[in-house]
Amino acid sequence: MIVGQQKPIDEIWKMIRGQRKVLVLGCNSCVAVCHQGGTKQAEVLASLLRMQAVQEGIEIQLDVGGIERQCEHEFFNSALDAISSTESVLSLACGVGVQFMAEKFKTTPVYPALNTTFLGAVERPGYFTEKCQACGNCVLAVTGGLCPIARCAKRLLNGPCGGVSNGKCEINKELDCVWQLIVERLEALGRLDDYEKLFPLKDWSKDRAGGPRTFKVEGFLP
Amino acid sequence: MSLKTNSKLERILAAGHLAVTSECGPPRGSDPEVILKKGELLKNHVDAVNVTDNQTSVTRLSSLAACIHLKLMGVEPVLQMVTRDRNRIALQSDILGAASFDINNILCLSGDHQVFGDCPDGQNVFDLDSMQLLQTVRHMRDNGKFISGDDIRRPPNMFVGAAANPFAEPFKIRVPRLAKKIAAGAEFIQTQCIYNLARFEEWMKGVRDRGLHEEVYILAGITPMKSLGMARYMKNNVPGMDVPDEIISRLAGVPKEKQAEEGIAICLETIARLREIKGVSGFHIMAIEWEEKVPEIVERAGLFPRPASSGAED
Repeated sequence: MIVGQQKPIDEIWKMIRGQRKVLVLGCNSCVAVCHQGGTKQAEVLASLLRMQAVQEGIEIQLDVGGIERQCEHEFFNSALDAISSTESVLSLACGVGVQFMAEKFKTTPVYPALNTTFLGAVERPGYFTEKCQACGNCVLAVTGGLCPIARCAKRLLNGPCGGVSNGKCEINKELDCVWQLIVERLEALGRLDDYEKLFPLKDWSKDRAGGPRTFKVEGFLP
Repeated sequence: MSLKTNSKLERILAAGHLAVTSECGPPRGSDPEVILKKGELLKNHVDAVNVTDNQTSVTRLSSLAACIHLKLMGVEPVLQMVTRDRNRIALQSDILGAASFDINNILCLSGDHQVFGDCPDGQNVFDLDSMQLLQTVRHMRDNGKFISGDDIRRPPNMFVGAAANPFAEPFKIRVPRLAKKIAAGAEFIQTQCIYNLARFEEWMKGVRDRGLHEEVYILAGITPMKSLGMARYMKNNVPGMDVPDEIISRLAGVPKEKQAEEGIAICLETIARLREIKGVSGFHIMAIEWEEKVPEIVERAGLFPRPASSGAED
């Protein structure tokens, strides 16, 4: 899932300060799972912003809404009226949702309430970890199912570097060295010899390096 | 091993001498005098001088430019190159730039993470890793081709090295990792600074058991401790460094003004013990901001005079 994190309230307030009518719009998929961007969080955020407005003696109308996903046309039907009657939208979606709305509603300003942080897993309730960088060319078959591109700070394909200590990454003692985990996993799978196979130069053209990516399912559209 | 390059370092190693190299960190400014002074200091006592590439991610004068200064003054440079800051276009380009000055040695590294340096907010590149850089240099040299497959006119003529840390975890892959670097093209190895001799000997045994010492020249990394403070710092703050408590207590056991001398004594004892280990082909002495001690260490370790450098470029 896509993990997001709410921006500091001061930063959000600066973005919308000066507007008269703002729709605070939650997105109830990924970012709701991480308790940052669902309708519930939109309500809380709107309350905090109203308090800020009262403190500064500013008049601003903050309406709250939420849809299932801000990255698909069909889910917007229930919010069309609210969006068309507002001055601007403060979106609690990830960067995908914010952009999708900006392109869909050509004259409505859309502001991001979240920083989109990573593609990750729910390690335990309230704790999320990055697992994938969507490099477009999956290497997990040869790395024991653990990704050195997303989880090594130097994205080394032939790691680990010399900085690992006690199984932790040199840049953060809380962070597992993924190459330590890969080695342990290869050993558990009886494949430790695979460690010596050289990973060749990677084709990054399928990554961000190749420019914005699209994907079209053949035969799906006329 | 027959000679593959015009490298003086390769020639000395191939002749069976214990090689001695040292290191020169470029200045944080553009004054070439700093490099020339370090070069002058080391010139007669080591076979080659490594120039670090923005080590610990602190921005400095470029390794390539400093290597050129050394080359022009008659010192054999080892160009350190990290993959942190350059993509494959820039790496190949700088390799050719170095080759155009007949820089004949390169040390391929991934590089410290930028978070340790003066630009922690910067992006890193890591288009290649150190193994892939080794493969790239060997491909350019041996096949005379770019990564793309296009021909290189006058390919680089470089003796290719890599780093090895015998002390980092997981220990069980430390020998396989060396084998992997050799498979990627490494011809010489510089190790992490050695303080834990028992650990190093255990690693070397693993290296010999696989016959790897016959496929690569291993230069043992040596860094004299200047003070107890430095030893403590290295132990606690430098990732991948293994400083046993005995070193700390030995330095703590002498008065402050004697600690530097004790550090040199430890360093000389280490060299004496390492030269008895089969498979150690020489020493890489990294006297961090203490380069003036290198000649003394080389002399007192009985590694002076250095083999004559004649017969070059044949």
